[in-house]
Amino acid sequence: MAIVQLTISALPAHVRTARLMATAVARRAGIAESALDEVRLAVGEACSRAVEAHRAHCPDQPIQLELIDSAGPLPATSSHPGGVAPEWGSGNGDGPGRFEVVVSDRAPAKETADFPLDYHVPDGVSAFLGVPTPAGGVSGLSPDVGLAVIIGLADEVSIEPHDDGTVVRMSWPLEHGGPVSRDSVQSTG
Amino acid sequence: MDLKLDHHTEDDTEIVVVEGEIDVYTAPRLRELLIDLVNKGNFHLVVNMEKVEFLDSTGLGVLVGGLKRVRAHDGTLDLVCTQERILKIFRITGLTKVFGIYGSVQEAIDKRKSK
Repeated sequence: MAIVQLTISALPAHVRTARLMATAVARRAGIAESALDEVRLAVGEACSRAVEAHRAHCPDQPIQLELIDSAGPLPATSSHPGGVAPEWGSGNGDGPGRFEVVVSDRAPAKETADFPLDYHVPDGVSAFLGVPTPAGGVSGLSPDVGLAVIIGLADEVSIEPHDDGTVVRMSWPLEHGGPVSRDSVQSTG
Repeated sequence: MDLKLDHHTEDDTEIVVVEGEIDVYTAPRLRELLIDLVNKGNFHLVVNMEKVEFLDSTGLGVLVGGLKRVRAHDGTLDLVCTQERILKIFRITGLTKVFGIYGSVQEAIDKRKSK
């Protein structure tokens, strides 16, 4: 398992930084090239939502990201270069061979969720066309549309709203169960 | 890459050329441009997204907001986009049913005029 942690201030400019970081780590972990755009967009959505929530409720608090490669670099003492990753975490992306992103905000979920956390939207986002743009917002859509997009993009998603913040976990399977570079080294060795 | 915006008139239609990334940081600039164009009486807009490298739901919201504004004046807001990775978010959100999405600016203009 390998983890990259990133803490950003609740500023829109840093959402791009988070996207770039997540994409780089995902590529390094061995995510399929076709899924990189999904990771980039889903992480951007999660961070945008968190930044907007923080700006409304707690602008001075940071937002935390964890980028977890469950098949990441094994301990140097390991005798199983392609072996099983250790047990870790408690999210739904658990287990070897997955890349998981966890975005944790500190804005009270009850005040930011405008509709129940059931993101099945039969008519797509067009169902929200009548939703007024929130004060100070730039979007003509409900901010929770971002969560619906995440659900549409990620292989596995869990959204845990709490009084002291929301944790969005999303994960994708790793191609060949581990980092591309490690596999390529093995194949040439 | 940051967001680059340009616009010009073509065949009674205002063409907005967008280049770069549309996200929570850059989307307000696109929103301001669309509002400005509508306020100046441009009610038929085509947003050329062929050079857009990234689009998220904030950007979608700005486009929807622009669409609502032009519709209030019986206008149109169509999109030019052939990039699969950009089209994907329109499909996920069901917005392919809301926007006219065309392969070229000329196609978008011709389609509007034929209606």
